[in-house]
Amino acid sequence: MSGARFAASFAALGALLLRHRLAGLGALVLLVVAALAAAAPLLPLPNPDLTDLANRLQRPGAPGHPLGTDHLGRDLLARLVWGTRLSLAVGVFASLIAALAGSCIGIAAGFFGGRTDNLLMRGIDMLMAFPYILLALAIVAALGPGLLNALYAVAIVNIPFFARSVRGATAAIAHREFVDAARLAGMRNWRIIGGEILPNVAPVITIAMSTTIGWMILETAGLSFLGLGSQPPQADLGSMLGEGRNLLINAPHVSVVPGAMIFVVVVSINLLGDGVRDWLDPRLRAGQLSRPAAVTRIERADAGAAHRPDGALLQVRGLRTRFVSAGARTQYAVNGVDLTVDAGQCLGLIGESGSGKSVTALSLLGLAPSPPAVIGGGRVYLAGEDLLAADFERLRAIRGRRVAYIFQNPMAALHPLMTVGAQLTEAIRCHRRMPRQAALDEALGLLRQVRMPGAAARARQYPHELSGGMRQRVGIALALANAPELVIADEPTTALDVTVQAQILQLLAQLRRERNLALIFVTHDFAVLSQLCDRVAVMYAGRIVESGPTHDILARPAHPYTAGLIRCAPRLGGGRRPAAIPGLPPAADRLPRGCAFAPRCARRREACEAGKVASTRLSAARRVRCLYPLEAA
Amino acid sequence: MRYCLKRLMAVVPVLLGLTVIVFSMLAFLPGDPATAILGPYATPDNVERLNRQLGLDKPPAQQYLIWLGNILQGDFGRSYSLNRPVLDEVLERFSATLVLAGAALLLCTLWGILIGVRCAVAQYGWSDRLLTLAAVAGISVPSFWLGLLAILAFSVHLRWLPASGMFAVYGGGGAADLVRHLILPALTLSVVATGVIARLTRSAMLEVLRQDFVCAARARGIGERRVIYRHAFKAALVTIIPVIGVQAGFVLGGAVYVETVFQWPGVGRMLVQAISTRDIQLVQGGVVVVAASYVLFNLLADLAQHALDPKIKT
Ligand code: SF4
Repeated sequence: MSGARFAASFAALGALLLRHRLAGLGALVLLVVAALAAAAPLLPLPNPDLTDLANRLQRPGAPGHPLGTDHLGRDLLARLVWGTRLSLAVGVFASLIAALAGSCIGIAAGFFGGRTDNLLMRGIDMLMAFPYILLALAIVAALGPGLLNALYAVAIVNIPFFARSVRGATAAIAHREFVDAARLAGMRNWRIIGGEILPNVAPVITIAMSTTIGWMILETAGLSFLGLGSQPPQADLGSMLGEGRNLLINAPHVSVVPGAMIFVVVVSINLLGDGVRDWLDPRLRAGQLSRPAAVTRIERADAGAAHRPDGALLQVRGLRTRFVSAGARTQYAVNGVDLTVDAGQCLGLIGESGSGKSVTALSLLGLAPSPPAVIGGGRVYLAGEDLLAADFERLRAIRGRRVAYIFQNPMAALHPLMTVGAQLTEAIRCHRRMPRQAALDEALGLLRQVRMPGAAARARQYPHELSGGMRQRVGIALALANAPELVIADEPTTALDVTVQAQILQLLAQLRRERNLALIFVTHDFAVLSQLCDRVAVMYAGRIVESGPTHDILARPAHPYTAGLIRCAPRLGGGRRPAAIPGLPPAADRLPRGCAFAPRCARRREACEAGKVASTRLSAARRVRCLYPLEAA
Repeated sequence: MRYCLKRLMAVVPVLLGLTVIVFSMLAFLPGDPATAILGPYATPDNVERLNRQLGLDKPPAQQYLIWLGNILQGDFGRSYSLNRPVLDEVLERFSATLVLAGAALLLCTLWGILIGVRCAVAQYGWSDRLLTLAAVAGISVPSFWLGLLAILAFSVHLRWLPASGMFAVYGGGGAADLVRHLILPALTLSVVATGVIARLTRSAMLEVLRQDFVCAARARGIGERRVIYRHAFKAALVTIIPVIGVQAGFVLGGAVYVETVFQWPGVGRMLVQAISTRDIQLVQGGVVVVAASYVLFNLLADLAQHALDPKIKT
């Protein structure tokens, strides 16, 4: 509720409101227009077809004719209202027909699959092979001009759109448990479709309708404009426009006014449709389609308070990162984390998924995606310089040059459409200006250093042509491209096979020794960590609960959570993984007041839940955040 | 290469199906063409003779095969209303449409992508809101109305550009004259597709910008400009290109309205006239040629996408 939180969500919220306000506006306009059209027979309007040649081509504002008259002296306002009525009716009916026919085809294809599917969808593809309006023209040519035929033509042309999206939605649920259960229960196909499938694909049909109804009104009006739709004396907006076209120069209002009406109606429908889609599409609703900025949003509440950095390479003090999104509770992912890494040292950051370890790692260089992430406090000192206070260009000069990342999933972290060599040379040249060829030579050298077999050939390949292990070698080569002082590896082996995991770990250990690299190794696995790291920081619910030398903590864990994690780790050299720690970590949007581990802790006493548990010094090198640790100070 | 061949092979049944649809739709109209040609006072004798001449007394399947054989040899029959071979007329008209639609397609691709990328980069900024709104207006505007407004503004009042035709009637000709006549219709025709492409580009870019490889590129210290215009855009283009292919169909079809408004001598206007005069041979020929070329254009778009995305392998 604080001002900062509100400001953080302001942009997204504003956009949401704006869109909904526009949707509301569209709905309002549409409602008014539809009400007028529906009430046309009741309105005090002259007969729209009453000709009065004495008063032809009156300008708008003429007495008795607010919008003027046309070439036969007919009242334009009356014609506009009646024409709108006709156009709306035709558009709505066309869209209903298309929705009905398209949904039937789509559900049949998706539900029965196999032959039926194949046959129906081939037919649909055939229809889609025609340019949109051309098909409508051909159908009108076959049926003959006329409003009803134009309606059919436009409806038929739109069937493929419905059929495709409904088929997709149906196929996605046709083999889910509840449908299978209904089948096993001996339910008839049509009852399954009516009872189980239809309610589930209804939103898809609604979305498709909201997308197409505007088009359909446009297209039927267009056919009428061409003289292929409504025939005189019947007139919809399109044919009014078509008739008035010849008078464009002398009496522009006769054609401009009905066109403006079509435009207003279709814009309103489309604005409303966008709103409906936002509302029905869960991804859009959650605001997940917002673009992450180049740097995490930083709003430090403790901006004044400074710590004095010591000589460590990296020093993190009181780092806080939260996720703020409109309409959801704020998630406190990182809640005051302290870390220290000396030059050449390897720190293991361990915790279950959701403990905030990855967010911590990304926050160090402002890479946590915002929105929704906001860094709410703390300091990140790299050799004494506060990175959270650095401007973007300064930060960019450090990213990849002095501090580099290795990501968990190398397939996702590599650009799918760029060759390995291109990505490596780009990484090199964005920090050090050099000719392309020199960079390529260096890139090949890097690939050899990460023991990539056949480096030169691999450099010409795309990520999807490599194996998982090779991709991660590329990921490592990319991280090493500019000889950084610190590498942050976020679960670099989790996505790999066990044997490949061991090779990659070995490679990392080797490179670290050769280059005297400092390393932050994020993992959930003590077995992996113990091979590589000098020191460990154990993370739980966004806080460091224990830290110290690896061997010391492995031998004598002090925090009950650490002890649990060690017990869970698969023994090196085989053996089954023992039971995990019972229970789940607390949700990041409702953290308990006291010790966050209390609900799962066997040693819990009353004091644990009473208030914040501070981190205490256990020995010169060790700290723990627990009131009743397993190891006493 | 293998992929190209496979795609080419896949086009053949589509083209065949297309001719079946066109033929069957137009061959069995209510009311027979002979009466349409000879008028209501024709004697049954004459009607029958003409039917035999047109081959309408044979079974439908045979009629289709004969017709297909003919069009494969480039014989689309004669247009009775224009009294000239259908193919000549269609090709002449279609080339005018291609000029118009091609110009419009270029315009909408260019502007649509520029606007969409701009929106995605400035998401929720004022320019994004304004342009997003403009895109909604763009997809909602009836092009036949917009064309009239353009004529009113630029031809009638400002007198900057000609209102109709492809060349000036007197002393016309030449590329400069064509361009002067092309500007208004091409702009009018491109508006709707620009809106569609802009909206799609915006969402495709937003989708891509959230992906890991963008974050990874930033983590490597690559400049923001390059991240957006090289990394993200390249990936987004894979979803944008097929939509451009689809838009080509809308532009080709939407040309009907613009041609009518601007009296452009294109195939769309020809079709409308042919439909009004029930000149079936001409309608068939026009629809087949335009639809077939659209299929081929989509094939090209598909191959372009394939060249861009090495992941699609046969
Ligand atoms: S503070 Fe209490 S509840 Fe928390 S870990 Fe220690 S003993 Fe368990």
